[in-house]
Amino acid sequence: MTDWRNACAIPLAGLADLSVWDFQDCVSVGLMKGAQLLALFGVPARVGGRQDAVAGGHQDAGASEDPDCVRLFAVLGHPGNGTLEPFSTVVKDSFLSLAPIHPQVQLFERELAEKWRVKPQGHPWFKPVRFERPSRDGADLWEAHPAACGTADFFRVGGEEVHEVAVGPVHAGIIEPGHFRFQCHGETVYHLEILLGYQHRGIERALTGGPGPRTLHFMETAAGDTTIGHATAHCQLAEAVFGLAVPPRGRVLRGVALELERMANHIGDLGALAGDVGFLPTQAFCGRIRGDVLNLTARLCGNRFGRGLVRPGGVAFDAEPARVREVVRLLEQALADATGAIDLLWESGSVLARFEGTGPVSAETATRIGLVGPAARACGLSQDVRRDYPCGIWADAPIEVPTLSTGDVFARARIRWEEIRVSAEWILANLADLPDGAVRAPDAPPTAAPWPADTLAVSLTEGWRGRICHAAVTGPDGRFAAYKIVDPSFFNWFGLAQALRDQEISDFPLCNKSFNLSYCGFDL
Amino acid sequence: MNALRFLPLVSGLVLAPFLLGVVNRVKAKFGGRTGQPLLQAYFDLFKLLRKGAVYSRTTTWVFRAGPVVGLAAVLGALALLPAGRHAPAAVSFTGDLFLLAYFLGLVRFVTVLAALDTGSAFEGMGASREVQFSALAEPALLVALAALARLTGGLGLTQITSALGPASWEVAGPALALVALALCIVFLAENSRIPVDDPNTHLELTMIHEVMILDHSGPDLAFILYGAALKFWILGALIVNVAVSWIGGGAAITIPAFFAGMLLVSVGVGVVESVMARYRLLKVPRMLWVGVALSVLAFTLIGRFTA
Repeated sequence: MTDWRNACAIPLAGLADLSVWDFQDCVSVGLMKGAQLLALFGVPARVGGRQDAVAGGHQDAGASEDPDCVRLFAVLGHPGNGTLEPFSTVVKDSFLSLAPIHPQVQLFERELAEKWRVKPQGHPWFKPVRFERPSRDGADLWEAHPAACGTADFFRVGGEEVHEVAVGPVHAGIIEPGHFRFQCHGETVYHLEILLGYQHRGIERALTGGPGPRTLHFMETAAGDTTIGHATAHCQLAEAVFGLAVPPRGRVLRGVALELERMANHIGDLGALAGDVGFLPTQAFCGRIRGDVLNLTARLCGNRFGRGLVRPGGVAFDAEPARVREVVRLLEQALADATGAIDLLWESGSVLARFEGTGPVSAETATRIGLVGPAARACGLSQDVRRDYPCGIWADAPIEVPTLSTGDVFARARIRWEEIRVSAEWILANLADLPDGAVRAPDAPPTAAPWPADTLAVSLTEGWRGRICHAAVTGPDGRFAAYKIVDPSFFNWFGLAQALRDQEISDFPLCNKSFNLSYCGFDL
Repeated sequence: MNALRFLPLVSGLVLAPFLLGVVNRVKAKFGGRTGQPLLQAYFDLFKLLRKGAVYSRTTTWVFRAGPVVGLAAVLGALALLPAGRHAPAAVSFTGDLFLLAYFLGLVRFVTVLAALDTGSAFEGMGASREVQFSALAEPALLVALAALARLTGGLGLTQITSALGPASWEVAGPALALVALALCIVFLAENSRIPVDDPNTHLELTMIHEVMILDHSGPDLAFILYGAALKFWILGALIVNVAVSWIGGGAAITIPAFFAGMLLVSVGVGVVESVMARYRLLKVPRMLWVGVALSVLAFTLIGRFTA
């Protein structure tokens, strides 16, 4: 059996359908052994499937030919050895839910139900995810499908003294829409339920039948503040299916862009965290320094968010030596400024009193719900795509992965600062010894060119919020039968709901900011 | 002295919003920003007065009465306030310090009623917090005033203020310092300043005072904002009247000293808001308990000093 690694193209011909039972068993056992569920998604059953062999005894003969069936793909990642493990099966109307045993599966299963009308039997909290239009006909799983956004049964706590607070989708600040329903007793929150989907744009649906001229632009705006992260994940896919090798210089510049994105967002978040507890100095300075770091990305490609920089085969813009020197000088300046502004946080008792012990998530909960990124590392989960599934520059120039253990707002703030430092060091070290040569593979095909047929391609990147997974399945014509984007927010919103249990409702904005999740990255 | 009779009232009416500008300017300097104009609070008030108001269909006359009654009560309180030893209040009589406390209580009462009248979960939460915290801030204020009354033997604000002087500080200096400190805590809590509340936040769930007035608009909001500025002036003046009473001399010295003191209080608020974060909501009562303890201690000490 081939060891699949990050950014791999798996021929569908080599991937036998398991029986639903075996499929669930493989996923479940894998998760119990510490694997991560990277993606779980469906395609119409006519796509893929090895016609000559049926692996499981329970297989419904001819199910893979049935146009009404759905083929499910699950991709497990084994962080211990960096391998990926794909599974596929065909289901018709329903399957047994894994969510009661493995909570990290719950949202994927609800998504499948919403998109493909396959019901996860025994799902503990069966609700729509994004209120999107289903992709095939079938039984109505909810009363009105698709339901109007925001209409769903909310978990309710009974009792006369319990009150319910509903926030959003329209908020007081200029932020994205989301609905938050608190079940409170006095100031204590017993339960928080988060309902999203107001920003659903149908990116995955629009990508079906691609790639096309707009594909990369969809990637760059899947979550606007993670442009580099999503673009990198997509380009790694393209490079895997076409067998492109990114030149060393291009690899470094991509890594630099990814880390600049991380630094800018983390600095902005720390400033916003300071603002939420009313601590002015750090708030004011971090807002400016975040802009300085974004401007560095603009120096590399002309856009502060890195739009148009990462392209299949490398990067679209080279950085001449003078430009590199300028970036290094400004980055050192920004890092010095950030150190001054952010150290104030750790030196100020009133700030620490607010951060420490607020919104804790235990390592056990974090593991069970599949928390990713800095939020997971703050709970003591040492996981990072750059180290666990190295790809591109991360295989040549590894990066340190700091972790903390308390899992509270303090840990989520502090881990950001550690990562800012580590990223800055990494950028400076790698820019100091930037390889010569081209920045983009000369044989990169045009973005709209069809991909190799009947292939499952998977790629991972560590965006600043955490693990980004892109998976594409191409049909016989080399067009996307499905393109799955898993933003880190997909996992972490549930972590925020967990963090609020037994906390004060007045600490919600602070907890929320400490996760700072994406609405549009979730809603897609 | 008759010419000075209306000085405290008129200066409060005119200068109160200016102090908020001073606070904002100090905060801006700490944050490395230019900051809004010093007179921004006046511009905001005039802007709001020219606007129309929007009323929710679920509200009743209680909601509309809130800002008007609130402003009237604050004005009443302001009229009772002297500005230092040589500038007595416009209205003064024995026992007016109780009226002051009740006026301030009335402001809170109508604000809370108006907030509850909207039926919003946010405003209900804010009202609950406001009432909880003022239940501790009020005793601190009353006991602090009682301590002053015990020291000076007067039950009126003007009587007390004119009796306080360098001699009182020689007799009961530590107790007066404690009273001033307790009044500072009451001042921060009652004016919804950091570390109790954050007047600048847009996060409804963390607000105390601001969330109660979310539904008010136009002239109603102007009344509330102007009332808040006057409350800032009133509670600030209480601190200053105690704190600058150690300065001797005639009206030519004590009246400028009073205004300098008010300016200093505003700068102090700006500095506090710049260098510290807000307390966690459930920890605020601890700070208020300190205020109560300080004023009780002052009251007891004064018994010793004057015995």
